[in-house]
Amino acid sequence: MAPQNMPQTSASKVPLWRQPAVRALLFQILLVLGILAVGYYLLSNTLTNMERRGITTGFGFLSNEAGFGILKSLIEYDETDTYGRTFLVGLLNTLLVAGLGVFFATFIGFFVGISRLSKNWLVARLATVYIETFRNIPLLLQIMFWYFAVLRPLPRPRESISVGDTVFLNNRGLFLPQPVPEDGFWLVGAAFAVAVIATIVIARWAHRRQDATGQQFPTGSVGLAMIVGLPLLAYWISGSPMHWEYPVLGGFNFRGGMEVIPELAALVLALSIYTGAFIAEAVRSGILSVTHGQTEAAYALGLRPRTTLKLVIIPQAMRVIIPQLTSQYLNLTKNSSLATAIGYPDLVNVFAGTTLNQTGQAVEVIAMTMGVYLSISLLISMFMNWYNKRKMLVER
Amino acid sequence: MSKHTPHPDLLPPSTSVGVIGWMRSNLFSSWLNAILTVFAALVIFATIPPLIEWAFIKADWVGDSRDACTSGGACWVFVGVRFNQFMYGLYPEAEYWRINLAAVLIIVLMIPLFIGRFRWKLQLGLFNLVGYPIIVFFLFSGGVFGLEYVETSRWGGLTLTLVLASVGMAASFPLGVLLALGRRSTMPIVKSVSVVFIEFWRGVPLITVLFMSSVMLPLFLPEGTHFDKLLRAMIGISLFQSAYMAEVVRGGLQAIPKGQYEAAQALGLSFWKSMGLIIMPQALKLVIPGIVNTFIALFKDTTLVLIIGLFDMLAMIEAALADPNWLGYAIEGLTFAAFVYWVFCFSMSRYSMALERKLHTGHSR
Repeated sequence: MAPQNMPQTSASKVPLWRQPAVRALLFQILLVLGILAVGYYLLSNTLTNMERRGITTGFGFLSNEAGFGILKSLIEYDETDTYGRTFLVGLLNTLLVAGLGVFFATFIGFFVGISRLSKNWLVARLATVYIETFRNIPLLLQIMFWYFAVLRPLPRPRESISVGDTVFLNNRGLFLPQPVPEDGFWLVGAAFAVAVIATIVIARWAHRRQDATGQQFPTGSVGLAMIVGLPLLAYWISGSPMHWEYPVLGGFNFRGGMEVIPELAALVLALSIYTGAFIAEAVRSGILSVTHGQTEAAYALGLRPRTTLKLVIIPQAMRVIIPQLTSQYLNLTKNSSLATAIGYPDLVNVFAGTTLNQTGQAVEVIAMTMGVYLSISLLISMFMNWYNKRKMLVER
Repeated sequence: MSKHTPHPDLLPPSTSVGVIGWMRSNLFSSWLNAILTVFAALVIFATIPPLIEWAFIKADWVGDSRDACTSGGACWVFVGVRFNQFMYGLYPEAEYWRINLAAVLIIVLMIPLFIGRFRWKLQLGLFNLVGYPIIVFFLFSGGVFGLEYVETSRWGGLTLTLVLASVGMAASFPLGVLLALGRRSTMPIVKSVSVVFIEFWRGVPLITVLFMSSVMLPLFLPEGTHFDKLLRAMIGISLFQSAYMAEVVRGGLQAIPKGQYEAAQALGLSFWKSMGLIIMPQALKLVIPGIVNTFIALFKDTTLVLIIGLFDMLAMIEAALADPNWLGYAIEGLTFAAFVYWVFCFSMSRYSMALERKLHTGHSR
């Protein structure tokens, strides 16, 4: 809407300070100056303050010895390791919680979201109650509830609740049997990889054949049979190269097997139940966004309800669900930082907590911690933009 | 010829009307549904009666020590004994009346806003937003008019939760609107500053923001500047939520057709006038659910201040759980807290639904 065909005199009639372009320029110059001034003020204050307190800047502290233990670590770690390694331990623990949480929350979310749309009145009501209850209670409170009110008061190891003497639950955590692979187990893994690749190849071939001839091929069941069957076959041929290691009570606690500490259990429970309620709403809104006409049109074309769901409703609903789902995954990852409240050694607890307190390198530590979360969220939003672009092209 | 008299209509079959019909179509419409119904009913019977028995029938309500809890149900005595601390935190007991007064005052001040024909709504609303917080600040902290000085570190309990939440809402909303306008601006620098600001706050967890405000703000300011811990938390929460608010408002702005902007310009309205009179009233109305969801998230997020050592309601309860005289009543304490938070959040979401219906004038889908 640039006033191109206006007579030139009118521009000179408008005083300079009332011309939009001049005003915009002036305003932006002021904004930049303001930001620079505030930035300079903060920076100079920080530098003088740090100098006065004797804090050195830089990331040299990362190679110093940490000297504190960490409750649970996925990689080898002890007190003599460096602060750089504590960062890694914390990061891995955060990713562990986030991964487990995403898995369970997705499962709960889809289950509850579909239940809420069920024609069964009782099931739909139960799902509504679930969503409205857990969405409206702060996550921190839920984490504390699972930790302080449910998992901590469990019996001591000697009086553990056990399922068939293989799974034990007590106030030290959940103890599960752990599969231990022996020599030759690689064959099973290789069989699995082969099955996955073969399934992809078959799916492509079936798709092309259907495009060309209209003949369908049961890709789903054949693929499933291969993915399950081939590794089992390999396992059997190579002579069962795996055994289970069971947890055994020794001294004050269980040894062996897989140990899930109560902090992790509480965190994963709370995160997946809380985020599951939000995912359920996303799923519901996605399914509702597909208008009824689509279903009717599919029926009119002679598609069966199952096929309608698979080919018509789900692909369209996913377009609405996926962006919301990714933002919930992002929220879950950020919320996993509440681990600090119950002492689970995640990134914030280990690095922005203990390491910061010991080294006093507030600026560097906080910047690194925020950097991690920022990069995760940027990655996820990049994926979301990519997905949106890809899906939007399909639209009219 | 006799006149044709039709038979009276047959009644619908008894299996398709009334309770039985309803149950047939809603609970037992197919085999799968029948199984689901039975399963759901089993879940309900397995959880609800024991829960009611625990929370009400077998519960202990009166007493002043744990000896009163003998019947095996919930020990609400624990909550009763600590109730004042959960509500007022560590505020001096003799001064509770100030908090009560503030609560009564805001209720009285809010009532006219819900009366349809009240004439001074705008003025009263502005007073509630600006004047009331000033009054409350002086009332709570004292030090003037002969009121005893109470430092902010003694504010706590539900009072602190509500103070944090309302300050956060009042500050993050205008800031969010400004950021949303900035992000939609045609001025490149304004736009990029807003985008960076919004994406930064949305990309980091609130805990790191609170950590930053508690360890880094003292570094940012000149030596010797005293900066209240509560104020720091408030700034952190407000900045954090304003970014989310900005995205919600931006959604509303994008939904307004371009013709509205152009029409406002054609009428010769200035930028602020066209925003305030034409665009914002429509855009904000569209995103009421989003705004209220952000407010609910903010309310829930106030619990995080316990990690930086402020005593909001959840922190008071956590402290009470560690009391050696009351060990083992975590379920009661946390259930009570959950109930209080739930009531606030649930009523906010219901109010937003009602507001949406009331303001619905046919523009939104």
